[in-house]
Amino acid sequence: MIAEAPIRLYGFHGGLHLDDRKSLATGQPIGEVPLPDALILPLSQHIGGAAKPRVKVGDVVRRGQTVADPQGVVSSPVHAPTSGRIVAIEPRRVPHPSGLKADCVVLEPDGLDQWLDAPEWTPLPDFTAASGEQIRVIARAAGIVGLGGAAFPSAIKLNPGRVVDTLIINGAECEPYISCDQMLMTEQADEIVLGIRVVLHALGAPRCLIGVEDNKPAAIRALSRACEKDAHIHVVVVPTRYPQGGEKQLIQTLAGLEVPSEGLPLDLGIVCHNPGTVRAVGRAVCLGEPLIERIITVTGEAVAQPRNFRVRLGTPMRHLVEQAGGLKGTPGRLLMGGPMMGFALPNLDVPVIKATNCVLALAPETIRATPEAQPCIRCGECVTVCPSRLLPQQLYWHARAREFEAAENLNLFDCIECGCCAIVCPSHIPLVQYYRFAKTEIHAAEAEKREADAARLRHEARLARIEREERAKEEARARKKAALAAAKSGAPTPPPDAAPAKPAAAPATAPTGDDDPVAIAMARAQARRSANNAVPAPASVETEPTAAETNPPTPADDDPVARAIAAAKARKAAKEAAAPTPSEAPQAPAEDDPVAKAIAAAKARKAAKAAATEIPPDAPATESDAEDPVAKAIAAAKARKAARDTAADNRE
Amino acid sequence: MNRDLISSPHLRVQPNVRGVMLRVLAALLPGIAVFTGLFGPGVLLNLLWCIAAAVLTEITVMALRGRDWRVIVDGSAVLTGALLALALPPDAPWWLPVLGGFFAVSLGKQVYGGIGFNPFNPAMVGYVVLLISFPVAMTAWPSPNLGWATDAVSQATALDHARTALTQGRTLTEVFADPGFESASVRGWLWVSLAYLVGGLFLLQQRTIRWQIPLGVLLGMGLMALIFWGIDSDRYASPLFHWTSGAAMLGAFFIATDPVSASTTPRGRLIFGLGVGVLTWIIRSWGGYPDGFAFAVLLMNILAPTIDRYTPTRVYGTGRRMERP
Ligand code: SF4
Ligand code: SF4
Repeated sequence: MIAEAPIRLYGFHGGLHLDDRKSLATGQPIGEVPLPDALILPLSQHIGGAAKPRVKVGDVVRRGQTVADPQGVVSSPVHAPTSGRIVAIEPRRVPHPSGLKADCVVLEPDGLDQWLDAPEWTPLPDFTAASGEQIRVIARAAGIVGLGGAAFPSAIKLNPGRVVDTLIINGAECEPYISCDQMLMTEQADEIVLGIRVVLHALGAPRCLIGVEDNKPAAIRALSRACEKDAHIHVVVVPTRYPQGGEKQLIQTLAGLEVPSEGLPLDLGIVCHNPGTVRAVGRAVCLGEPLIERIITVTGEAVAQPRNFRVRLGTPMRHLVEQAGGLKGTPGRLLMGGPMMGFALPNLDVPVIKATNCVLALAPETIRATPEAQPCIRCGECVTVCPSRLLPQQLYWHARAREFEAAENLNLFDCIECGCCAIVCPSHIPLVQYYRFAKTEIHAAEAEKREADAARLRHEARLARIEREERAKEEARARKKAALAAAKSGAPTPPPDAAPAKPAAAPATAPTGDDDPVAIAMARAQARRSANNAVPAPASVETEPTAAETNPPTPADDDPVARAIAAAKARKAAKEAAAPTPSEAPQAPAEDDPVAKAIAAAKARKAAKAAATEIPPDAPATESDAEDPVAKAIAAAKARKAARDTAADNRE
Repeated sequence: MNRDLISSPHLRVQPNVRGVMLRVLAALLPGIAVFTGLFGPGVLLNLLWCIAAAVLTEITVMALRGRDWRVIVDGSAVLTGALLALALPPDAPWWLPVLGGFFAVSLGKQVYGGIGFNPFNPAMVGYVVLLISFPVAMTAWPSPNLGWATDAVSQATALDHARTALTQGRTLTEVFADPGFESASVRGWLWVSLAYLVGGLFLLQQRTIRWQIPLGVLLGMGLMALIFWGIDSDRYASPLFHWTSGAAMLGAFFIATDPVSASTTPRGRLIFGLGVGVLTWIIRSWGGYPDGFAFAVLLMNILAPTIDRYTPTRVYGTGRRMERP
C-alpha cells in the first residue's frame, strides 16, 4: 500500500490528459553507456552566462576536474566527465532551439576514467554540521543546475535570502515519453531523500513535499519507503494530468496557491527542485562529486530499444541512440525533451548537456503535420485547457496582427508554452509558435530600446566630458597665466587646484592594468555607488558637469560616468519590469554578514557575492575588460526574467 | 527546413474542424428522425435542398475568391444548411430552402471572409432573410402527425397559435384546453425537443460544446417564463412550454453554440446564453414574431465581442492575494 501523506490536494485549472508513452522506455533498469570517442562539453549548459575555460588544448584532465569556471552569479562551472586530454576548444553545434554553434571544450577520454586524487572541495558526509552557505558553495562548485530541463543554476535556489517553509520536489514528470525521473526515483530513492535532507538543511526549511503523478506507482513506493522515518518529508501522489510537472501547476496542486504573475515560488515561501537535482546536491556535498552525468530517456517509436541511461555529459546523442539499438527508419522528428515542450534537433551529433532529459525520435505518423492550419473557429477549446487561464485565442489574434502591446495586456508573458492550447485546437493553429514569436519580438524591441538609450546616454556623457576637459584646460591655462602674472609680480604661487589633480591621481586608485583584482572590485563598487547617486539626475549630465565630477576619475579611455548612468538607467528599467531587483551592494567584497537575516541584507550579500565571484580569488586576473555595468545590469535583468519565465525549472 | 515551423508541441493534433462538424451533425440525427417522423418527408427534402444550396454556394464563392474550395470538407457549410433546414416549415416550397441555404452561406459567412470570420450565425442569417422576405411561407407549418398525409393542411404552430389566441383576447388556459391543441401540437414539439436534448447531451458528453451556452439559454428563457407565468398564467406560458416549443432545444444546444459567432470566454458564454434565452422569451411574448430565437441569436452575436472583452479570465497568478503573510 502506498502511504497517503496527510496533504490536501488542490489541483490546477485546465490541462490535458495525454496518452502515456512512458512504458516504451521503462521496461529495463537504467543502463550504462560506454565512453564515446570524444566528449563535447558546451560552456553554457545552463541559463545565464557561459563558463570560461580554465584548461588549454593539450591539457590532461581527471574525472571531476573543473574545466571551465562560472562567470557571474547566474552561471555554472563545467567539469571533466572522465579523464583524458583536451583536444579542442572551439564552437560546435549544441542542442539549442536556435540551432547555432557555441563554444565547447572537447575532451578525448583516455579510457582510464580516473578520478581526481581528491575532490576540489572537502566532502561533508555529516552535512548537518555544515552551514547553509557551505552547502551552497559546494553546489555551485559542483556545477549543479536544475535537471528538469530549464537548467537554472541550483546554488541560487539554495540561497533564497528569504524564509522558505516548503521544499517541493517535482517528481510529476508529466510529459509523455519521458521517464528519467521516474526511473531515478524508483532506483535511487534513498539518494534522492538524502539530497532532500541536505537541501532542507541548507534552506532551513521545515518540510518537503515530493509530488509524484499517480502513474508511477513503483517510484511512489520506493520514495515512500525511503522517507518513511522522516517526518519532514512527504510523498504526495498527484493526478496524472499534463502539465502537472509545470512548477506553477504543481505548486497549485500541492499548496493551493498561485505563484504571482512575474513573481517566484519564493514569494509563497516555496522552493522547487527536480529529484535529480537534489540527488546531485546530496552527492556533491556528501561525496564530493561534481555534476558530470545524468539520467536520460532515449525513446520514441523510431528508436529500436528505448531505454533510460546513465550518461556522461558531453556524450554525442548519436552514441547514446546507438546504445538504444539505433533508429528504426527515418524518424519524423528528433527532439531534445518531450513532445509537448521539447525542441527539434538538427541531427544527433550534438552532445548531451545538463538540461538534456530526453532524446526523442518520433515516428513520422505521430508528429504534427505543419502547414495545415485553418482559420480559428473561436471554439474556445484553447481557453478551456490553458493552465495559466489565459485567452490563447485572443493572444493568437493579437500576435498575428503584431499587436504586441495588446498581447502583453492579456498576460502573454504568463504563458508557460505548455502547448495544451495547440494540442486541442481543431483548426491546428500552431498557437505556441505565435506566442514565442510575439515574446521574441517584444524582447527584441525592449533590448533595442535599452541599447539606444544606453548609446544616447553614453554619447551625451562623452560630450559633457569633452566639454569638461575643455573647460579644465581653459582654466589651467588661465591659472597658468595668473601664476605667471603673479610670479612676475612676485606674489606666492597658489596651491594646485584639486580638479586637474584628480585625473593624475586616477591610475593610483583604480589600476587599469590586469594586475589587482581587489582594486578592480573596489573601483567597481565605487562606480556602482556613484551610479546610485546619479540615478535621480541622469538627464542633467549635459548641463551639470559637477554631477559627473563626484564620480571616480576616468581611467584610461573608458568613461565610467556614462557607464554608470547607463547602468542606473538599465537598472531602473529592470525595476520597472517589476522584478524584485537585488539592490546593488554599495560596500564591495564584504563577503559575509552573519547577522543579515533581513531580506535587504541577504540581497546585499548576494550582490556583494556577485561582485566577488566575478573575480574568483584563484582565477587569473585578466578581466579588466569584462566589466560593463550596462551589460551586467542587462544580464542580471535577463537572468531574473529567465528565472521567472521558466518558472519551470523542473518541468520536463 | 524552416525551423519556425517546428515549434512545440510536436504531437499530432487529434481533433479537427471536420471532426467537430461531423459530431454535431451526428448529434442532430435523433432530432431529425423524430422531426421527420412527426412532420413528414418535407423535413428531409428541406435538408437536402438546404445542404445542397449551402455547399454549392460555398464552393462557388470560394472558387470566385480564388481559394481552395476543397476546404469545404471542413463540413461547416453542411452543418449550416442542416441547422437552417431544421428551422424551416417542413412543407415549404423547394425554393425556400434553396434560397435560405444560399443566403446563409453567402450573406452569413462568405461576405465576411469565410469560416471563422463571420460575426453572425450563418444559419440564423439565412433564416431571418427568409422570414422577412417570405413571412407567409415561413410560418405555414403542418401539424405534427399529419405531415405525412399528402394533403396536409398547414396550420399555426403551438407558439403561433398561442400568440394569435392572446391577441384575440382569449386566455392561455382556454387555448391549452382547446381540443386537439395539446396532443397535436404541444406533444409533437415535446418529442422533437426531447430528441434534440438527447443530441445536445451527447455533445456535452463529448465535450464538443460547453455547458455554459445551453444552460444560459434555457435558464434565461425559463426564468423569464417562470416569473411572468407566476404573475399571470393566463397571459404567459410556463417554462416547460417555452422549453419544448419552437426552436428552443435546437437553438440552445446547436445554434447558439456556434463557436464562431458566440462568446468564447467561459463567463462570456454564460452571459451570451442568458441573453439569447431572455431575448427569445421577450420576442415570443411581446414581439412581432412567434419564435424569436433567430433574432435573439443575431442580437447577441452583435454583443459577443463586447461580452468577450469584459469577461476575461482571471489569469493564473493575478488578481488574488497570493503572497503568504
Ligand atoms: S501554451 Fe500558453 S496559452 Fe497555450 S495553454 Fe499553455 S499556457 Fe496557455
Ligand atoms: S482552439 Fe483553435 S480554433 Fe478553437 S478558439 Fe482556440 S485557436 Fe481558435
